[in-house]
Amino acid sequence: MKNTDHADASPRISLLGTTGLLFEPPGDMDLHTQRRIWWLARHVEAWPCIKEAVPGMSNLMLIFDTPPRNIGKVENDLLDAWNSAGELQLDGRIIELPVIYGGEHGPHISDVIEHTGLSIEEIVQIHTEPLYTVYALGSHPGYCYLGGMDPRIATPRRKVPVLGLPGGAVSIGGAQTGVSASAGPSGWNTIGHTDMVFFDPQRDPPALLAPGDMIRFHAERIIK
Amino acid sequence: MIEILSATALASVQDLGRDGYLRYGVGTSGAMDRVALAAGNILLGNPENSAAIEIPMFPFQVRFLEDIAFALTGADANAELDGQPIPPWWTIQARKGQELRLSPPTHGARCYLALAGGIDVPVMLGSRSTQLRGEFGGYCGRTLKRGDVISAIASAERAEAYTALPAAGFGIEPPEFTLPLGDLESTAHATRTFVRVLPAAEYDCYEDASLESFWSQDWKITSQSDRYGYRLAGEALVTKTTLEQRSHGIVPGVIQVPHSGQPIIQLRDAQPSGGYPKIGTVIEADLWRLGQARPGTQLRFVQTTYEEALSALDEVHDYLNKIRRLTELYLLSKR
Repeated sequence: MKNTDHADASPRISLLGTTGLLFEPPGDMDLHTQRRIWWLARHVEAWPCIKEAVPGMSNLMLIFDTPPRNIGKVENDLLDAWNSAGELQLDGRIIELPVIYGGEHGPHISDVIEHTGLSIEEIVQIHTEPLYTVYALGSHPGYCYLGGMDPRIATPRRKVPVLGLPGGAVSIGGAQTGVSASAGPSGWNTIGHTDMVFFDPQRDPPALLAPGDMIRFHAERIIK
Repeated sequence: MIEILSATALASVQDLGRDGYLRYGVGTSGAMDRVALAAGNILLGNPENSAAIEIPMFPFQVRFLEDIAFALTGADANAELDGQPIPPWWTIQARKGQELRLSPPTHGARCYLALAGGIDVPVMLGSRSTQLRGEFGGYCGRTLKRGDVISAIASAERAEAYTALPAAGFGIEPPEFTLPLGDLESTAHATRTFVRVLPAAEYDCYEDASLESFWSQDWKITSQSDRYGYRLAGEALVTKTTLEQRSHGIVPGVIQVPHSGQPIIQLRDAQPSGGYPKIGTVIEADLWRLGQARPGTQLRFVQTTYEEALSALDEVHDYLNKIRRLTELYLLSKR
């Protein structure tokens, strides 16, 4: 569980085949790092060899337009850009999400209880407390990765992904939390359910939320 | 226009994939064997990125509701047009009312049916590929069902292509002959597929014995394998310490290793991000080989370098350029 600390001081750059690369700077998974990631994404997207810059949780994936012959130069340019990166402020909206915790739509809350040693009320209280910032979108259309979860309820991802999870599933994976936007497989622990619709392919942009927007979970009901 | 006569599930409309929407959580989709898709379009004089039907389950049957040229690429599905055998990697003119039947291939996993002009479905977020998870794109955002009627885009080029097409049609050499890889004997019998892999971020976090077995063992492609990903079975891979990654972008070809130690290769319908450790990535140039590898067969990973992976990509482009030139020359000579 310690790999998230990135004890080494320099950013890590690793290849994703010839399709792209992953940039992982050291430091905490916090809003300061994330704002620098947003800055970097906007900056490198203008480079001719880059098709898309995709923020993750305090990391950045670059997709190549055509794979650069001189990958070393791209890596150096990326490090230079990171070292000069400022914090990009994205001031978004605040969305309230009513959630039913536990019961048939929160089948893995027992695993979170077991892992953390907390009661269901304590877990819900800790989960509904913060104002979460949308750090990035990913996983599936309209899905938001949120920053700001209290580490006390962090629970490792599941050993084997669950195949048919419904849309609206509120879940915890490692030190992160999020809400699924449509049915599908997931390796996270589902603790509750919401009815919000997060994605419409007819709209531009197609996703309801953008990085910088904020979410607050509201406990509509707790089922033991 | 064609009508789907089979109830066989899982056929879908795909082009080369959807670019530029990863930041909204939208994966790439697109053909599992992009070389076969591009080749089918080249045979018909279509733009390479035109949409076609990807067929992973057989038998599969369609009826032509108009005179139209079509092409079959990918797995050799012993195709018959009104009972007349059609060779694989072939294009031919169909007449209104004729029926095309595809049987289970002896090897290979997916067959591509391309129509002159390309399949006419709306472009959604820049692509005609089916986004199954998001239920949009392709034909009504879903796989095809019996009774679906699918149109081709009408164009002047399409009309011109027909007149040039010889009655018996014509074909090209499949890429497995031009771009061979690995142990040819088992490849030829499709019992084992070789794909080249570049180490990824967490490669060094695995036990030495696990890294050795990663490269040396035969990985079984389990029945839990589809367009989302291939789940493999073999000797479990063990990390030196427990890893928990922050969520980050991933691409088709990434080999994730969940805590179970059994790898999953993410493929065209995969999520655009994930959190499991990544031991490697199957290079883009070899993804078509994976697309034709069947559940139950064996997979072998071959270590490569970034430079070799670029050369492999060049070889794929050279192959497509070659068949494009041959097709143009052939059609010119018949005119």
